[in-house]
Amino acid sequence: MMRRWTLGGALLTTLSALVLVAGCGSSGGSTSSTSSGSSGSGATAGLTPPQAGTAVPSSVGKTEGKLDLIAWEGYAQPQWVNPFQKATGCQVSVKYAGSSSEMVSLMANGGGGQYDLVSASGDADLRLIYGGDVKPININLISNWKNFHPFLQSPPFNTIGGKHYGVSYEFGPNVLLYSKKAFPTAPDSWSVLYDKKYSGQITVPNNPIQIADAALYLSKIKPSLGITDPYELTQPQFNATVALLKQQQPLVKKYWDLASQEISLFSSGTTVVGAAWPYQANTLNASGDKVEGIIPSQGATGWADTWMLATHAPHPNCAYKWMQWVTTPKVQAQEAVYFGETPANKLACPIMDSIQKGSCDAYHANAPESYFNTIKFWKTPLAQCGNGKNDCVPFQQWVTAWTQITG
Amino acid sequence: MTATATRESRTVPTPTGSARLSAALWRRAWLRATLTLSPPLAWFLVIYLASLVVMLITAFWTVNPFTNNLVHSWTLANFQQIFTSTYLTIIGRTVGMAALVTVTDAVLAFPFAYFMARVATPRSRQLLFTAVLLPLWASYLARVYAWIVILQKGGTLSWFFTKIGLGAVNIGYTNTAMWLVFSYIWLPFMIIPVYAALERIPDSLLEASGDLGARNWRTLRSVLLPLALPGVVAGSIFTFSLTLGDFITPLLIGGANSNFIGNVIYSNLGTANNLPFAAALAVVPIVIMIVYLLGARLLGAFESL
Repeated sequence: MMRRWTLGGALLTTLSALVLVAGCGSSGGSTSSTSSGSSGSGATAGLTPPQAGTAVPSSVGKTEGKLDLIAWEGYAQPQWVNPFQKATGCQVSVKYAGSSSEMVSLMANGGGGQYDLVSASGDADLRLIYGGDVKPININLISNWKNFHPFLQSPPFNTIGGKHYGVSYEFGPNVLLYSKKAFPTAPDSWSVLYDKKYSGQITVPNNPIQIADAALYLSKIKPSLGITDPYELTQPQFNATVALLKQQQPLVKKYWDLASQEISLFSSGTTVVGAAWPYQANTLNASGDKVEGIIPSQGATGWADTWMLATHAPHPNCAYKWMQWVTTPKVQAQEAVYFGETPANKLACPIMDSIQKGSCDAYHANAPESYFNTIKFWKTPLAQCGNGKNDCVPFQQWVTAWTQITG
Repeated sequence: MTATATRESRTVPTPTGSARLSAALWRRAWLRATLTLSPPLAWFLVIYLASLVVMLITAFWTVNPFTNNLVHSWTLANFQQIFTSTYLTIIGRTVGMAALVTVTDAVLAFPFAYFMARVATPRSRQLLFTAVLLPLWASYLARVYAWIVILQKGGTLSWFFTKIGLGAVNIGYTNTAMWLVFSYIWLPFMIIPVYAALERIPDSLLEASGDLGARNWRTLRSVLLPLALPGVVAGSIFTFSLTLGDFITPLLIGGANSNFIGNVIYSNLGTANNLPFAAALAVVPIVIMIVYLLGARLLGAFESL
């Protein structure tokens, strides 16, 4: 989501959104929802993904010579795209998206017969799966899949009913970042972000999914609310979380939109504690500012990206070749170091260190499984949640509430 | 006979294609107007108005919250949502800031423009003009980022205040910071129209005012200000509308409680992909500007543009 924002990207997003409306305006009703059920409020898709029954290929056939990707900026760099093109003959074209929602829009109608793969984050995955925009893949064709961290082999955000709607790529936690000068003893709880003591010195991301961070914290300090999953909140649970965030608002110096903003907030000493990605912690430490990014005792949220195959992908064989290519240890390591995140493939660790010394440790690529289990990965908040009662608060209300919170 | 015929054929050459065309155009004024205006007019209608209309239509639709697809059923829900306290506060903040910036810029620009138009020598006037326009050569973003460095904790401003004994200030990421930055960024757009208005006032009017016994203050109030007012209003259209539509400065300079209409539109487009609500919200600045422009017309602003 917001983590890859640049202002240029922001303007592009706005422009492309306008173009999109123009498109919808001219084509009239033909673009209407592919999902079943009534429109308007709540989730409308059935409990079974529309493409669940689609057959998967048993082998990769002849490549088509072309591959069209929707990706985050930085996910299709020449270092690994050029060798891929040479090896497979698939010419890669990339459309960069600025947000998860933009990815969902671009992938509408199964990629529109135009796109093959999308590097969607967990908060978009379920929307794509239940929207029928992506189809199951044969995971056995991706040989490096067995080298993945076990928790990323069949995670609930991209694998439903044993069917894999794509292959995991890279991930990272949202950490608690603090300045060592302001905290002689390391904090071990997200509570510092809600502590009046640090009023005016706190910064958190300007992103509605941040509500999940507060929900995760509440699930531990107020068990009576009964929060089991920070992305599946009933109305009372949601209200309690929003109330907590409204109390936090007067203490917040800045809701940051760009990673660079948080870096300058910390290096100037404006803020001393905040929510961040490992990238900020590493960048700040590299320039001599003494900070640390930790996962507190309550655990943390995180993002995990998945390459997903469009239902109407015009070049499926090149798409499989790409999924095979980007899960190899070398590309996994290149991507991790380039972007500042953690590879899904465990074998990438030594290659990361050969590219940039110490990077494997810095991004926890070799951490034990227990470390990853403390991360609750982003997924789309839906009305239909695990309890089967369909009474959870959907993402659009998260966005509205977030505007209320930030003011 | 022959001689005259020859002479005639020399002086009046047989009309070529282009000559015939220009003659036809000269004779038919409507054709000339159509040909000149149709490309820009087509651009205006197709690109500008059509996109606005499409946006307005979208404002009456909704989005399927799950698949993000547009649902083409007519509803006023988006507009109803605007009239809730969250969005009214944000609209109030945006309009208030636009008004404050406009007043600040008018107060700053008037003496400056007066000096440029009526006191400065031609040479120093040229220098001042360059000084006013110089910031416009640099990117908006670079200038906003420069202000972050100035205003942040331990920044240039704080350093300066400490040096002169007033103690450290920390106004980075506040609405005060936004007010400073907006006033700085849009100042040239106020100075130029005010300068144009002041320059047009004939010296004789000021002399007549003096001859009739008016002192400087009275001349300023009764002659200069009324005559320069259209220029100030013209400048205010720029400062007001530019502030009203901005979302980058609130994003970079603002702190908590700094959202503008533009930021909410942006987050509804980018994060939520709720195009219909963004479109409905985009109608708000349009309505505000229509009211503002009608008021400006009453004050004669368009005569000095």
